[in-house]
This record gives sequence, structure tokens and C-alpha cells, in this order.
Amino acid sequence: MDHLTTVRAFVGKHVQGIELGDDQDIFATAGVSSLFAVQLVVWVEKTFGISVAPADLDIDNFRTVREVARFVAERGLMA
Amino acid sequence: MTEINTVGVIGAGTMGIGGAHAFAAGGLPVVLVDVSEDALDRARDEIATNARMYGLIDPELAGKTDVLDRIIFATDAKLLADADFVVENVTENWAVKRDVYAEIDRICPPHTVFGVNTSAIPITTVASATARPDRVIGVHLMNPVPLKKVVEVIRGFHTSPATIETTQALLRRIGKASVVVADSPGFVTNRVAMLSVNEAIMLVEERVGAAAEIDVLFRQCLGHQMGPLETADLIGLDTVLHSLEVLLDNFNDPRFRPAQLLRRLVAAGRLGRKSGQGFYEYEGKGQ
Repeated sequence: MDHLTTVRAFVGKHVQGIELGDDQDIFATAGVSSLFAVQLVVWVEKTFGISVAPADLDIDNFRTVREVARFVAERGLMA
Repeated sequence: MTEINTVGVIGAGTMGIGGAHAFAAGGLPVVLVDVSEDALDRARDEIATNARMYGLIDPELAGKTDVLDRIIFATDAKLLADADFVVENVTENWAVKRDVYAEIDRICPPHTVFGVNTSAIPITTVASATARPDRVIGVHLMNPVPLKKVVEVIRGFHTSPATIETTQALLRRIGKASVVVADSPGFVTNRVAMLSVNEAIMLVEERVGAAAEIDVLFRQCLGHQMGPLETADLIGLDTVLHSLEVLLDNFNDPRFRPAQLLRRLVAAGRLGRKSGQGFYEYEGKGQ
């Protein structure tokens, strides 16, 4: 699976009752609580073997499925 | 008013972890005590993770990753002799809490204020287990503690004005406002919230709606930040069950009778976020 598919599957499982596009703001949909941001970043670290640097711990890197996938592609060591 | 230099936190569960983190993030030295070495190890890991991650949600917490330097993790309750204010978060069981209060009443100096973080046990009942009922007060922290801006403070029958003042000043130091209410089982928040959560669990049990559907209605239609079932997962289903039992016991009113599904999930070890599964699944926790 490519990053986009993996991220889309994870986010889709957690966004409740909403059809979420790849470019839609995950946190503006009210389909998740703000705590999902923590869950998402912890998942990114575990799944892709990334340690997100303090400077990158910015919600803007994780706002949409496409941005998360792009972040993983840029910082990830493992596919 | 008592000057607070060190805060003691008892119980390294969900609330103790958040409480210790919040006080340390506010610059206060903290002693976090638990009987279990494993619980303390988990607490250390979780606080380290949360200290990194909570900046995503609250910019004020970004970069405050030195909190662990201000927390002493201990199994020996005698270290609480240095605490000017103790926040107790042990399990929602009066027999357990009573023993803890008898012990800390012996260990802590007379000036130390005891902040009771309970879901439903009356503060006046807790105060009766100590020789300092004027210095016992309800400090109902909300989860996740570092991110919550308001604390429900409960005035017990004997709680003194000085104790209330000390408590509110301490909370202001860590950036939290407080609302002081009178003592009653479940106070304001949990008397209503636990009933609502219980009723939502019954809706799931009766197949009126799935958990996700119920929560979406609360979030999208009623403007709640979280629905009742994800709230239950966040609190911990065991804590929800214990709280309902305390309310049932105190009011002797069947409206607080816990849902059968709640009892079944707790018996099955599905405790919510902390165990990795409740009404929802959570990655990276539990099995």
C-alpha cells in the first residue's frame, strides 16, 4: 500500500459518520475530537518508524490525509 | 492561605498521570506516588509522550518537555511528607480511599491540604477519615488534565475559606480557573454526565444506534466536544461503573443503575482508551 492509502484507511476508521476527502481538514469536520491529533501522530511514528521532531509537531503537518502522507514520504525511513 | 512549594499526587492511573503532568508543566515540583512500580513506569512513558504531543492541541504546552525533571516517581508514600498540597486519585472505591487518607493524614504535616479527585464520593465523607476536615477539598480534575482549563472544586461541610483560597490560587498557577460548588454525590458534572453516559450505553445495548452514530449526534447536533461513548472510553469504563455504583449507593435511586452492557465490558477487560478497546479501538495501547 502506498502512504496515501495507509493513512486514508487509518483516518477513515476513526472519522465517524463522515465521508472525508484526502484534502479535507480532518479536525474541522467535527468527526473526531481534538485528542485524535495525538492518536494520529503516535500512529504515524509507530507505523512508519518516524520520530517527529519538535519543530514538526505542528497540527498543520497533519491536517489532511494528503498532508500526513506527504509528511511521511518526506520524513519516513521505512515504506 | 498556605504557600505551595511541592505538590503530591497519589495514584498513577489516568488522572494521576494527567495531574502530575499539569502541575509539573506549571513549574511545580511533584511527587507522584503509586503502590505499583509498573504503574509508575507506564506513567513516566505516558507523561513523556503527552508532553511532546499536547503541544499539537494547546500551543501553550508546546516545547514544555522538561516536565519529567520536576516529577519524582515513588512507591514510598513517606515522600509525601514534603507536599504542601496532595491530590489523591486512587480508584473510585471508598474502602481503598479511606485507607489512603488515614495513611497520608499521619505522613503529611498539619498544614498540607488534601485535594480529593473523585468522580462521585462526597468530600465530607472523605474528610471524616482525617483529623483535618477543614483542609480537605474536592478537586475534580478533568481528563486530559493538562488540556482542561477549568476545574470543578467542591466545598465539603468543614472545608475552610482559607483552603478554598489556597486551592484556587494553586489552580491559577497552573493556568486553570475553577468553579466552586457545594458537596453532593457526583457534584454537578458527574451527577449529570454519568446518567447521560449510562443512558447512551443502554441505547447501544438496545441497538437504537451504534456508538459512532450516537456520538456524532451529540457532537454535530448538540455541539458537544465529545459524544457520551467516546467520553466513557476516555474516562475509563471501570471508573464510569464505579461512579454509577457510588451514585446508586448514595442516592438509593434506581435511575443510577449501571447498564448491563457496561458491566459486561468492564468484566471483559474492555476499559476504553487505557486498555486499547472500549466502544472504540485505540492503537498502541494494551494488547
